[in-house]
Amino acid sequence: MISAAPESFLERLPLLAGDLIARVVPAPLLWFVTSLIAIVAILAIFGLLFAFLTLAERKILGRIQNRPGPNRTGYFGLLQPFADGIKMLIKEDIVPRDADQVLHYLAPVVLVSLALMTFAVLPFGRHLVPVELDTAVLYFFAAGAATELAVFMAGWASHNKYSLLAAMRALAQLISYELPLLLSVVPVVMLAGTLSTTGIVAAQGGWKFGFIPHWYVFTPWGFAGFLIFFTAALAESNRSPFDLPEAESELIAGHLTEYSGFKYALFFMAEYFGMTALCGMGVTLFLGGWQAPCAFLEVIPSYLWFFAKLLTLLVLFMWIRGTLPRLRIDQLTRFAWKFLVPLALINLGTVAFWHLTVGWGGALQLARWALALVFVIVPFVLIGRRLSAGVAPRTYRYAP
Amino acid sequence: MTPLHLCLLISSALFCIGLAGALARSNTILVLLGIELMLNAANLNFIAFWRFGPSPAHATGVIFVIFSIAIAAAEAAVGLALIIALYRHQRNIRLQDAVQLKG
Amino acid sequence: MTVVLAIIALVLLGSAAAAMLSRNLVHSALLLAVSWLGTAAFYLWAGADFAAFAQVIVYVGAVSMVVLFAVLLTRQNPVGDVQVEPASRVRLTAALSVGACVAAVLFAAVVSSDFRPAPAQAPTATVKQIGLELMGPYGAALLIVGVLLTVALLGAIVLAASEPKRNPEDAP
Repeated sequence: MISAAPESFLERLPLLAGDLIARVVPAPLLWFVTSLIAIVAILAIFGLLFAFLTLAERKILGRIQNRPGPNRTGYFGLLQPFADGIKMLIKEDIVPRDADQVLHYLAPVVLVSLALMTFAVLPFGRHLVPVELDTAVLYFFAAGAATELAVFMAGWASHNKYSLLAAMRALAQLISYELPLLLSVVPVVMLAGTLSTTGIVAAQGGWKFGFIPHWYVFTPWGFAGFLIFFTAALAESNRSPFDLPEAESELIAGHLTEYSGFKYALFFMAEYFGMTALCGMGVTLFLGGWQAPCAFLEVIPSYLWFFAKLLTLLVLFMWIRGTLPRLRIDQLTRFAWKFLVPLALINLGTVAFWHLTVGWGGALQLARWALALVFVIVPFVLIGRRLSAGVAPRTYRYAP
Repeated sequence: MTPLHLCLLISSALFCIGLAGALARSNTILVLLGIELMLNAANLNFIAFWRFGPSPAHATGVIFVIFSIAIAAAEAAVGLALIIALYRHQRNIRLQDAVQLKG
Repeated sequence: MTVVLAIIALVLLGSAAAAMLSRNLVHSALLLAVSWLGTAAFYLWAGADFAAFAQVIVYVGAVSMVVLFAVLLTRQNPVGDVQVEPASRVRLTAALSVGACVAAVLFAAVVSSDFRPAPAQAPTATVKQIGLELMGPYGAALLIVGVLLTVALLGAIVLAASEPKRNPEDAP
């Protein structure tokens, strides 16, 4: 069974399933049936992932805060997501009398559907891309950009001036962080030479000396780009430390104040789907997608590698939530425009240098790496120092 | 009635809807939205001719549309800044009230 | 194929007409966003993927935000729906007749023209091709559009920035 990994049975399972379906279903319906199966599979897998992510988040946050997290419902709290789901479903759905009924209903629906649409281009495995697009990365960010409209609809339709204010702040945050998100992806596209996600994963194949993968995160510019992408992804999915729009101590729940029951659960779901999709895109662009880290680890199928990396990034999201305090709106917009955008632009220059010097061989390779590291670290230190000038250094100590 | 004819009829209809809207409404923001509709109609024309036109080797139609989208975005931003400045001056955005050069 | 085109046209023209007719300004802006999504669907039907997703990112994701912010910043009453008064009878009839005349002229022109038959193979614009053309023949245009966008951004900021508070004793 452990044959050459790309042709092993587990890897080719989706292809065999595709052949089986092609034999069973008549030709005119084939496209429809395969699309339907892909949609149902994504909904089922990522729905379950969402359910257990909420539990994992509460357990991880609990342990960071020195408490056990939910452990009453079922062993280790494993039935907690289902209990939460039942609670959300049986809660009364309150809509304010003066609210715009149509928009109030549509906002969570539009948000969840657009968040789900972004999953269509992620390469989950070697043969497991739902839709193979030539402009896959652009499609991903287009579907993400259209979700901002639903945030405004939610804030406006609630007919509550605090919801509206919070929706406008959420929009300002989303627009500000979209720029570093897109700018940090441009270098990857530049080096991979394609906007297609399968092409980008294929461009990160192979290993140096057999055990160092060619993933972009292991290059200086790739590491900087990954950090910028990760920070912008934290902000785009309204996660701590950028969760001002939905924090409970700020404007109650922001643009979600007037939502209860299942609609609130839909917003929640949309946030987790967005988070998962952005982590998935981060894995594809910087961490090599479904590629294994070493040649002999290829026995594990590609889709398991993708999910392992995805879960690592998601746990990182939760770890950051439990560790860092929340940023104010002026602090986070300043951080986006004055720190991340210049760094992302300088990163573009670094990648251009990297791309043009690909022919340097031997000792010049060390010079190339050293120069790239200088181009990445020096602006970071300089701009960071300038931004935090005037902030007094920390003089207190932590409790013993 | 080839598909090209159908596409051109659709874009002409969109253009006339935008034109009628821009001429009829007195709210400046709605006039701007009408102008955006007219720009969209022109873009539809470009894509229709690129798709059904005689020289399929070039991507000229698509590139023109990309530039047109960029310029329309810039124009919308400047137009809305003008509207905000107008509001600050006359406290409402009725276009019929903006008849003076003074102020 | 024509069925898909008919549905796209219905969504596109219907939402555009509804946006122009609506009394509520926020509804107008959101219906116009639907119309822009319809345009993106048209581009996808025609095979111009790049233009379709660029349209969604720029129009639906950015221009609609700017329009909605402007709507909210220029309201008469701070809470409540943004109502706009209906157009006066004279202006409405004038606008509709102008629109109808232009529509008639354009329709007659389109229907009576005789285009060369479309080539058998649909054109494809791969991203690589678009990229090579943007960097090659249209490189100057790309740079000029970049400068134009920067100028527009700065101009919009200057126009919309609040005036400095003037001391009432100074000369106006």
